[in-house]
Amino acid sequence: MNTSKAGAGPRSFMLLLMVYLLLPLVATGLYAFARDWQNTLLPESWTLEWFSGMFQDSRFLEALWTSLYLCVISVVLSLVVMLPAVFVITVYYPRWESFMKGIVVLPYAVPGVVAAVGLIRAYSSGPFNISGTAYLLIGAYFVVVLPYMYQGIRNSLLSVSAVELLNAAELLGARRRTAFLTVILPNIWPGVIVSALLSFSVLFGEFVLTNMLVGGHIQTIQVYLYKRVGESGHLASAIAISYFVFILLLSAVLMKLGQKIGRLSK
Amino acid sequence: MKQRQRSLLLALAPFVLMVLAFQVVPIFSMLTGSLRSAGGAGFTLGNYVHALSSAYYMQAIKNSLLISVLSSLIGLGVGLACAYCITRFAPAVRDRLLMLSNMTSNFAGVPLAFAYIILLGNNGVFTLLFKQWGWNVFDGFNLYSWTGLILVYVYFQIPLALLLLYPAFYGIREQWREAASLLGASPWQFWKTVGLPVLSPAIFGTLGILFANAMGAYATAYALVGGNYNLLAVRIGSLVAGNVVTQPEMGSTLAVLLALSTLLAVFLNQRMVRRMEGFSAAGPRRRERSGAGAGKTRWRIAREEAGR
Repeated sequence: MNTSKAGAGPRSFMLLLMVYLLLPLVATGLYAFARDWQNTLLPESWTLEWFSGMFQDSRFLEALWTSLYLCVISVVLSLVVMLPAVFVITVYYPRWESFMKGIVVLPYAVPGVVAAVGLIRAYSSGPFNISGTAYLLIGAYFVVVLPYMYQGIRNSLLSVSAVELLNAAELLGARRRTAFLTVILPNIWPGVIVSALLSFSVLFGEFVLTNMLVGGHIQTIQVYLYKRVGESGHLASAIAISYFVFILLLSAVLMKLGQKIGRLSK
Repeated sequence: MKQRQRSLLLALAPFVLMVLAFQVVPIFSMLTGSLRSAGGAGFTLGNYVHALSSAYYMQAIKNSLLISVLSSLIGLGVGLACAYCITRFAPAVRDRLLMLSNMTSNFAGVPLAFAYIILLGNNGVFTLLFKQWGWNVFDGFNLYSWTGLILVYVYFQIPLALLLLYPAFYGIREQWREAASLLGASPWQFWKTVGLPVLSPAIFGTLGILFANAMGAYATAYALVGGNYNLLAVRIGSLVAGNVVTQPEMGSTLAVLLALSTLLAVFLNQRMVRRMEGFSAAGPRRRERSGAGAGKTRWRIAREEAGR
């Protein structure tokens, strides 16, 4: 297509779109710094008290801590489970790949509300009564990040030609586990880190499952934010903006890492 | 050889266990739950009959379908126009525009609903400002209603539509346009006979994803209107994890109905993606690039769904 110069039509249209998309963000940002904002287009006076209030609020810090450790545990668990499984499937049982893909793609098509219904019903009674506990949530999180982990690990394995690497290592006398730990793992590590970070940012923004499964017992940052919406608008804006900036930084790191890996694998 | 097999299966065991426990068992439990009457034994289709004959649940289903179709169509329309516009820009500008819309798609769920409450809620900045100025554009507008929901849904549909559609526009090659105009076709004729037919799988596929995305959206609606608006996802939530009475059987039934609609939409998308691949087989380099694009897009979609 012609990519030289955009006419007035596309220009003004895209400008409109960007204003529309950025307006809620900018307004939330302004609100987080505003002391008085009643009658004018921009706030009349500014303050940092909402941000300092945010860091003095022990419930916020607690929620942040809860979110962090739940997400980290889930991602680490997912790595520990998925790394060997995807490795074995990709290298030794490629026939099962389509079956695996079916399992892994399912979370795309099943909305969080639906997944929560099944989890609640399955675990609120009977031998495994873990409703409302972190165990149930971590299990649910594991399923949420399945697609990212699978894709990420599988792509890394294929891009470093894991099968050839492994054959070479075994030819040189390495045992399979040694070969996996010392040859394959270091090679796919950068790609695996990217999928882990991506999974982390997805889980950090998760609300539906968290609220439905453990909302009454465990407060993550999203659940906390939801509970604060009705109380202080300014404080909640400060939290929402901080959260957004955090996610943005995380995706910037992801992009940089991704580019680096892209260059390396070429 | 035996031992080799055993250690391989040992590596797979935790994965199989986790998937069974947190994916297969819950789905199975939901299916059986939907077929059981409250407190009763044995299987029955009573819940489905009840769901489809109760005016209340039918209204929830209708509202959800309506808001999903409407917000998807608006999102698709705006997305198409934007995707076309974006191809007219120089690559550097284009990448920046894409990055910005990509960025805003992180702004979803609770924080998004919250931003709209600040802007246009009862005591929202614009609501008060316009009242002060005597503008009455927002008279009769209520964020916590049908129009408000549509507004917020459209907000998260547009960036997704744009990101899904713009790769398809790059599939339309400059040579085709040159060839068409050499043969005497007007731009309108080109789009009608070549452009749109090539784009149509992408359009229908995107529509499927947008629809599923809106059907499954819970966080945004829940944060905005709580249980006050009768939507399928919100209804399911309150039936299963509500404060008053929980009816897990009925919740399961509605959840199965919701899952059927989203599965159908995603299935439509998959088929369309496959058809699209036929079109973009114009050259090996092109295919490779569009393949990478499709992978990235799929990652995006899942992120969308996780956030809602």
